[in-house]
Amino acid sequence: MTVGDVDGGMASLAVINFDPSFFWHYLLQPSQGYLQGLALTFGLAVAGQTLGVVIGLLAAFARLSRAWPLRSIARLYTWVIRGTPLLVQIVFVYTALAAAGIFRFHDIQLGPFTFAGNIQAAIVALSLNEGAYMSEIIRAGILSVDPGQTEAAKSLGMTYAKSMRLVVLPQAARFVIPPLGNEFNSMLKNTSLVSVIGVQELLLSTNTLVSATFRVFELLLVVATYYLLLTTAWGLVQSRIERYFGKSTSAADGPSVLERLTSLVRPTEADDASDGR
Amino acid sequence: MGIEAPHDLLDAIGGPQPLVTEVVVEATDVHKWFGRLHVLKGVSMTVKRQEVVVVIGASGSGKTTFIRCLNHLEKIQKGRIFVNGHLIGYREANGKLVEDKERNIAAQRQEIGMVFQRFNLFPHKTALENVILAPVQVRNMPTAAAVEMGRALLDRVGLAAKADAYPGQLSGGQQQRVAIARALAMKPALMLFDEPTSALDPEMIGEVLEVMKELAREGMTMIVVTHEMGFAREVADRVVMMDDGQIIEEGTPLHFFESPTHERTKAFLSKIL
Repeated sequence: MTVGDVDGGMASLAVINFDPSFFWHYLLQPSQGYLQGLALTFGLAVAGQTLGVVIGLLAAFARLSRAWPLRSIARLYTWVIRGTPLLVQIVFVYTALAAAGIFRFHDIQLGPFTFAGNIQAAIVALSLNEGAYMSEIIRAGILSVDPGQTEAAKSLGMTYAKSMRLVVLPQAARFVIPPLGNEFNSMLKNTSLVSVIGVQELLLSTNTLVSATFRVFELLLVVATYYLLLTTAWGLVQSRIERYFGKSTSAADGPSVLERLTSLVRPTEADDASDGR
Repeated sequence: MGIEAPHDLLDAIGGPQPLVTEVVVEATDVHKWFGRLHVLKGVSMTVKRQEVVVVIGASGSGKTTFIRCLNHLEKIQKGRIFVNGHLIGYREANGKLVEDKERNIAAQRQEIGMVFQRFNLFPHKTALENVILAPVQVRNMPTAAAVEMGRALLDRVGLAAKADAYPGQLSGGQQQRVAIARALAMKPALMLFDEPTSALDPEMIGEVLEVMKELAREGMTMIVVTHEMGFAREVADRVVMMDDGQIIEEGTPLHFFESPTHERTKAFLSKIL
């Protein structure tokens, strides 16, 4: 009986090619290079997220600015970034810009360390991408703060900058932190896309091993497990952060975050009778 | 919780502000449009030092908008507003009004305390932190001195025990008293009250009015938009009736409640009293 004659179900069972010991070996005893890939993935995610928050803050303020050119630029930025794939953006920043002779990322030597051009490009692309999403989140957070807060700050003689820093942003933070956690979860996974420009992060490290061993199934199972560990660990950190931000308002020593936030927007019968303008 | 009668509110901030002028507020022919809606149609008002002016009128009469113009929370399109001798919100260039720099407007607002209908306390700060935030951050007062003043102020409004409570843990009346302390902490020359008791449950109105009465007795210059006719009768030096963006009648409480002249005033008072 030849392999070709057998019906589908039986055949696939018969030819399953999985080497559990190979899987366990690479999962539990990863090589030095593989761990470096893991570290790079994490580093890229942290750098991309941090810069993304900074860019997002600037873009959010630009969107809320009274100056229309700033608003337009910010709107164009979020429109383009959110409307194109991250993969395209990564290749564009690193390869396309260089090919057109517009900009080329060069390696930078920092003492004994080399800050590779493609890693720079990866961070630029990831943070620009993240900035667009963060700007929307931060803008929504700022807009969710009762305008009465700004008025009270103004009436006490605060400038716009002071009222933002002391009054509005601390309150907006409570709205921003949960989605920010979700963004970082996505960021951890999205870093895998920079493998296309040759950054030796987790996925490319895996692919390198695959080409040497041809154990695709085992190695992709390994890399998936690593990503899952990263995101799960982050999930635990995230819930701690969220609990920390709700700490001073826990039931024992105060109202919950929600109660505190809604105490300002609690409607009263008197509102109906209030003086309109 | 019993509320002690507040006392010595102005002592807590080192006595009344030395005043530059005898006239604290001088508004002339103030006009404001919201889009096409003409909400203030030439309002003029003069408020002297230590005077308490109560502004009454129906919803939509423009009374809230008017006092919001006095600290430039609203722009005006025509007219002049002077507080303590400063032209508020604008500077004059060739006889035209040009909006002033943000920094100057912020400086002018330091002299004008405002109490809002919905308190607008900062929910992420304790009562004490609410009171000392602006003195420390805006007036650069040393924190220790600000804390001392803040505690004294909270004590005077009967909330010494609530210094470390967050606004969400306070009743409406308590929140509004903190808001008054917060405004006083900037040592204002003028206090604006925008319907300070309208968002309160009836049983809490008294405690807030008590603080305001004490403030008036101690000589604070105040403009109060309110529907509390008892307060107007007892405390006001002058009552101003607004209707359709204009002041239609003005006089002593006695005049207002005994012999109002304008038909609309009579109609309004008969509805509210």
